[in-house]
Amino acid sequence: MQASTLKRTPLNDVHRAAGAKMVDFGGWEMPVQYSGLVDEHHAVRTAVGLFDVSHMGEIEVRGPEALKLIDYVSTNAATRLKTGQAQYSGLLYEHGGFVDDILVHKVADDSFFICVNASNQEKDFEHIRDNNKFDCEVEFASPKYAQIAIQGPKALEVAQTLTSTVLAAIKYYWFADGTFAGVPARIARTGYTGEDGFEIYVAPELAAATWNAIMEAGKPVGIKPAGLGARNTLRLESRMALYGHEIGASITPFEADLAWIVKLDKDDFIGSAALRKQFETGITRKLTGFEMRGRGIGRDGYEVLVNGKSAGWVTSGSPSPALNKNIGLCYLPVEHANPGVKIEIVIRNQPVEAETVLTPFYKRVK
Amino acid sequence: MTYPESYRYTREHEWVHLEGDTATVGITFHAQEELGDIVYVDLPKVGTKLEKGKSFGSVESVKAVSDVYVPIGGEVTAINEDLIASPQKLNEDPHGSAWLIKLKIADGGEMESLLTPAQYQSYAGAEH
Repeated sequence: MQASTLKRTPLNDVHRAAGAKMVDFGGWEMPVQYSGLVDEHHAVRTAVGLFDVSHMGEIEVRGPEALKLIDYVSTNAATRLKTGQAQYSGLLYEHGGFVDDILVHKVADDSFFICVNASNQEKDFEHIRDNNKFDCEVEFASPKYAQIAIQGPKALEVAQTLTSTVLAAIKYYWFADGTFAGVPARIARTGYTGEDGFEIYVAPELAAATWNAIMEAGKPVGIKPAGLGARNTLRLESRMALYGHEIGASITPFEADLAWIVKLDKDDFIGSAALRKQFETGITRKLTGFEMRGRGIGRDGYEVLVNGKSAGWVTSGSPSPALNKNIGLCYLPVEHANPGVKIEIVIRNQPVEAETVLTPFYKRVK
Repeated sequence: MTYPESYRYTREHEWVHLEGDTATVGITFHAQEELGDIVYVDLPKVGTKLEKGKSFGSVESVKAVSDVYVPIGGEVTAINEDLIASPQKLNEDPHGSAWLIKLKIADGGEMESLLTPAQYQSYAGAEH
């Protein structure tokens, strides 16, 4: 693909100057690694890493019935959100499959800010807009924001040097609007790594200055820029879903083991009829963690065998830098989707032994 | 990074060093750099007869798996056992101690289609 056809974040030049290896990620030219995936992974687990996630999309919903629209298009109970709180949720089709997984932030009673996956942002916006039968407006807000994620046990310490907002007072999955590194910012205590940290939204033209300020502030604790490669291994160890892998249009939240983001006791929402039906009849397949027992790495899309017969597929698989094991997630018939089941992953036509395990694979010590 | 003058290279990013009728085969500096942290190497058994152009094993990094292809036909006389236990050596010394296999070759003429260091570097550089 021609480099010129790829979309770029406002930090593209910063990454190149830092020697990042750039790749095509869903139509975006993004840094996959800088110093090396494993090195960056360990930096995030033990100190702090900095990610450019400006490719992610933002959608804003404002108006007297903004909450009604959010509650209608998403699976979680937006009505339970307090101002300044964020919530992981699902955007579904009527048949119960995922349009996307999203992060809903309540900015005010009549204003919501949604962070969505990069490659789904146009689709998500159209889905929400087309279902807007309420007194509110839906804005495709991605061009207004760059997003930088500072993640790791030292994230709080580093970030606090750059803002007068008391970051320790922001609880996990809450956010505050304030000034960060001298510029207006939305500071959310959220992330996709399984570590403590913040996702910081700033205007695109201020992204480079913000990035450089964080890199400078993090020097004493060994901050490292981290790419999409480390972001993937970090989220997999923490068992966070990735659209197109664990979730997609043919997968429901119950199958993806995300029942906790579905609130069937709220008013009808898009997909609720299908989910209520599935809740009664039960699911036939479920997302399950596994560890390789034989030599090899079960990778995305590989077939899974139970008792020698085809039974499912791997959604994500990788060596785990923190655990020094080869781990993965797969879909299995629900009767086999428990820890301790011997399975085989077909790796280049060879069945290799693996075993289902409890997840998450990695959990930080709080 | 230097690409030894006496080696020949493939478009699939392997190198061959021919001494007599023994060919030592590895992957290039460019290949390991593209793959990133290498965590797993799968090699054939000694005695296996390999045909030019066919896959003879694989090299995996944390993020991807890549087949390696036979640059010149022959019989495997040695594999680099070190790499089984320490695959990361492929990131450290790909043109030297981290060779993959040695072959007793059948037809030296098969070397002629391979790339010189200058041709390979221009190919690998232009690949993006």
